[in-house]
Amino acid sequence: MNRLTKYANLINDLKEKKGGIIEAFHAIEKEYSYLPEDAIVEAAKTFNVSTAEAYGVATFYSMFSVKPRGKNVIRLCESAPCHIAGADEVFDALKRELGIDVGESTEDGLFALELTECVGQCQATPVITINGKAYLDVNPAKIPEILAEYK
Amino acid sequence: MAEEMRIVLRNYGKINPLKIDDYIAQGGYKPYDKACNMDAFELIQEVKSANLRGRGGAGFNCGQKWQFAHQAQADQKYVVCNADEGEPGTYKDRMIMENDPHALLEGMAICGYAIGATKGYIYCRGEYPQVVTILNTAIDQAQEKGVFKNFDVEVRTGAGAYVCGEETALIESLEGNRGEPRYKPPYPPSEGLWGKPTIVNNVETFANIPIIVEKGGDWYASIGTPAYPGTKILTLTGDINNRTFFEVPTNTTLREVIYKYGGGIPGGKKFKAVQTGGTSGAFIPENLLDTPIAFDSMSEIGAVLGSGAVFVLDETRDIVDVACRISKFFEHESCGKCAPCREGTMRIYDLMTKINGGKGSKSDTALLNKLGRVMSYSCFCGLGQAAPAPVLSTIKHFQADYDAKLM
Repeated sequence: MNRLTKYANLINDLKEKKGGIIEAFHAIEKEYSYLPEDAIVEAAKTFNVSTAEAYGVATFYSMFSVKPRGKNVIRLCESAPCHIAGADEVFDALKRELGIDVGESTEDGLFALELTECVGQCQATPVITINGKAYLDVNPAKIPEILAEYK
Repeated sequence: MAEEMRIVLRNYGKINPLKIDDYIAQGGYKPYDKACNMDAFELIQEVKSANLRGRGGAGFNCGQKWQFAHQAQADQKYVVCNADEGEPGTYKDRMIMENDPHALLEGMAICGYAIGATKGYIYCRGEYPQVVTILNTAIDQAQEKGVFKNFDVEVRTGAGAYVCGEETALIESLEGNRGEPRYKPPYPPSEGLWGKPTIVNNVETFANIPIIVEKGGDWYASIGTPAYPGTKILTLTGDINNRTFFEVPTNTTLREVIYKYGGGIPGGKKFKAVQTGGTSGAFIPENLLDTPIAFDSMSEIGAVLGSGAVFVLDETRDIVDVACRISKFFEHESCGKCAPCREGTMRIYDLMTKINGGKGSKSDTALLNKLGRVMSYSCFCGLGQAAPAPVLSTIKHFQADYDAKLM
């Protein structure tokens, strides 16, 4: 199956959902970790909106990326409760361990590093999420073993 | 620890949330049957008599809102649950959905009957994928069991935009658009999702409904303070011994929240400030801690109950640094639709970065005060109107901390 057919299938499965373009983008991201241009164009056609509108949606929400990124998306929460619990040190450890800065992906395509606002796990700060899975009470020492789960 | 009053969380830990039979064994879905045997208008009067006010932060009278949608004439109406919960420090809706999803579904179904809607949507934030799975399981079980008479619910997932907690922005997002707020009026109860009458209520609001129907509005109205009765689920974060959640009547004071339920400040340190209502709330000093958490008493001291997040700072914390960090949050989360918010949040962040970096002067705090005041009435939606509150309240109550950083 070529790439375009696969996008079309993912999008087509959701076409009956009124206003379901965001769900379609989620489905595409789950597969590719980002929203390729031809998938956005395809989604625009299926949901009967202009390509510009579809791009408008794709770029509005912070969980969507229109540029390629690593397979496993790491998000570090930097909201106030995580901030005072030492999110900065965790962030430095992640950057050191991965050798990349925020908004970048590792060369092997395994990880992307992003900042996020609250992920609703404030009972045990600081928090990071990897592909939506939350890791609680994180500290710099825990980073290597957490990353190892994805290698 | 002091006694809680669990109404919304009455089934917490007592049932398996993935088993509808557990919920039914606790009396679940009986209130829905009771509601469906009532006249819809009488049902709404019952909710009104409870004086239940929105638990998402705006505090609007729930029954009143339902009445608007009930009275609206349309071929289709909708019930929408706001499960966006993007307020930093808040996770109470997640606790409800993870532990008792049917309480939410039942509340939505009762609302559907009351206003004449056959379709419901739960807009769940993208950061809660595990909650989406739980909700879908609960919906499947409810449908298999045939508990809904003429109602069905669908879960939609957000994609990371704080502004989508605003009800019209949430509606835009449900329609598949950028989540930018709409001009009001018309309000959603008359024209909401796809132009149809729509009730948007928070998870906690809906979860209150079954027990109100079961025990009656008068019973509910007698709990907590008369103007904002019932209970509130609070989540405690920051420098507090019990970083946890609990449910208490609304006449509980902030001091009780922090010292009785929260167990006070760790390490024998002194209290410095508390921010209530999430990141958009004001920071409050020690001398205002005897205020009840109820909506209006909080407004009187220039604070908000909001989502029920309580963020505590001890004496060692750099409150200017924290306020600066919060201003970055708003700069990032402004949707950009209106200039006062788009430009204002950016300027606040610029000025706060300057002050926090030791390069600010008295004229910068004066400018912040003016900018914040203008934003509070000129911004298009609640995000921009509330964005200056953390900064303005810290300038007001913790001036010495600012002075120490000014040139």
